[in-house]
Amino acid sequence: MRREKIRGLAPLEQPRSTAELRVRQLRARDLLRGDLEGEELEKHVEESVLATRLEKVLNWGRANAMFPATFGLACCAIEMMSIVSPRYDIARFGAEAMRASPRQADFLILSGRVSIKMAPVVRRLYDQMLEPKWVISMGACSSSGGMFANYAVVQGADKFMPVDIHVPGCPPRPEALLYGFNKLQRMILGNPDPGWRSRYNAAGTEEWARDDSITEGGAEEYARAREVARAAGSPAGADAGAA
Amino acid sequence: MPDAPGLELIAQELNDAHPGSVLETYHDRGQACLIVDPEQVLAVLGWLRDTPGQEYRFLASLHAADYLPAEPRFGVHYELLNMARVERIRVRAALHDPAAPGRGSSMESPEATAEGKVLGAGAEEAASLPVIDSCVEMFPTAEFQEREVYDFFGIVFRGHPDLRRILMPEEYVGWPQRRDFPVGGEPVIFTHNEREVPRWYE
Repeated sequence: MRREKIRGLAPLEQPRSTAELRVRQLRARDLLRGDLEGEELEKHVEESVLATRLEKVLNWGRANAMFPATFGLACCAIEMMSIVSPRYDIARFGAEAMRASPRQADFLILSGRVSIKMAPVVRRLYDQMLEPKWVISMGACSSSGGMFANYAVVQGADKFMPVDIHVPGCPPRPEALLYGFNKLQRMILGNPDPGWRSRYNAAGTEEWARDDSITEGGAEEYARAREVARAAGSPAGADAGAA
Repeated sequence: MPDAPGLELIAQELNDAHPGSVLETYHDRGQACLIVDPEQVLAVLGWLRDTPGQEYRFLASLHAADYLPAEPRFGVHYELLNMARVERIRVRAALHDPAAPGRGSSMESPEATAEGKVLGAGAEEAASLPVIDSCVEMFPTAEFQEREVYDFFGIVFRGHPDLRRILMPEEYVGWPQRRDFPVGGEPVIFTHNEREVPRWYE
């Protein structure tokens, strides 16, 4: 398991396999010898030199200095408060300055159940945030209504506002929220997480319905999709064949 | 807590003072309850509060319950506390549901004040909501508690200064805690029912 460096100084894109790493090493050797030229030279420079694109620098700055607008609605707020504590320090990622005002905040941690009376208020605060803005929906209640499948709770905050990261848990442990926050940072940096299946070498293990009643010829279609997924590796495999 | 004979005594004195008010008494697990006629609930509460021997001057809770298949359908409960002796007594006003089939609108004569102040109910519905007197003058704490009962059961309190929804949003339609109100929420999609449950794009 390789840990992706969020500090992102260099290299900006991780090599995806040992073969790619070898290629990069050979290119570096050729560069030093003066043998690299043309398109290969440009590509190498682009891959290994910092600040090739202003956008990447901006993204790095955004990701590492995020101001959360904490919207502590219910019990998840307690775990959200605890990520500021020294044990689960969110200050090491630069996000300890929790801004009460939505105008000064970058992303919204929606922690807790959203009742239907509160939903327009949350939406208004979200609208008052300035671009770029993201939303982490923390906990089961804001992701899907949680244990409150009743007349008073909105079954998921993404029914009325866009959500980028859902963090499951009731409440999620502070480490889980920090992991969600790290995922958000990677999203901002431009290399979104391809998912646990790629990290644990579990590319073809998605479960599909196995009988024909979903579509005509459904079983073969799914078998074909599964082959494609296995061949292409997980990032494609997670999306392929979703009917 | 008045014990069972004490409760019977209270019921008897109450019936002497206000005939026909106490319909039943109920003593279970050390808790005393008087079941009264909703028309006379103010008289009962006043008697319990002011009579020198009784002095239940503290309204601990005002809530309602829906006993749906049983008649009368609603019970408005007043939990009273005597602070000197630390004795609690419960008064249940047994209300019928005027909207129930077969009952007609024999419930109350149309109360202009009650309907004028009721918000959140359509004009045709206001006639079919159960009505009871408000005890706000006697126990000021009842103001919010009666609003909550109105919000969740649709029981209108005659004479309440500001009867509107307190917990649900003001435009909400329905009385959530009634027994025939659906629980709400969405069906959770598992593998075994994912084909039957329609998604948001269907």
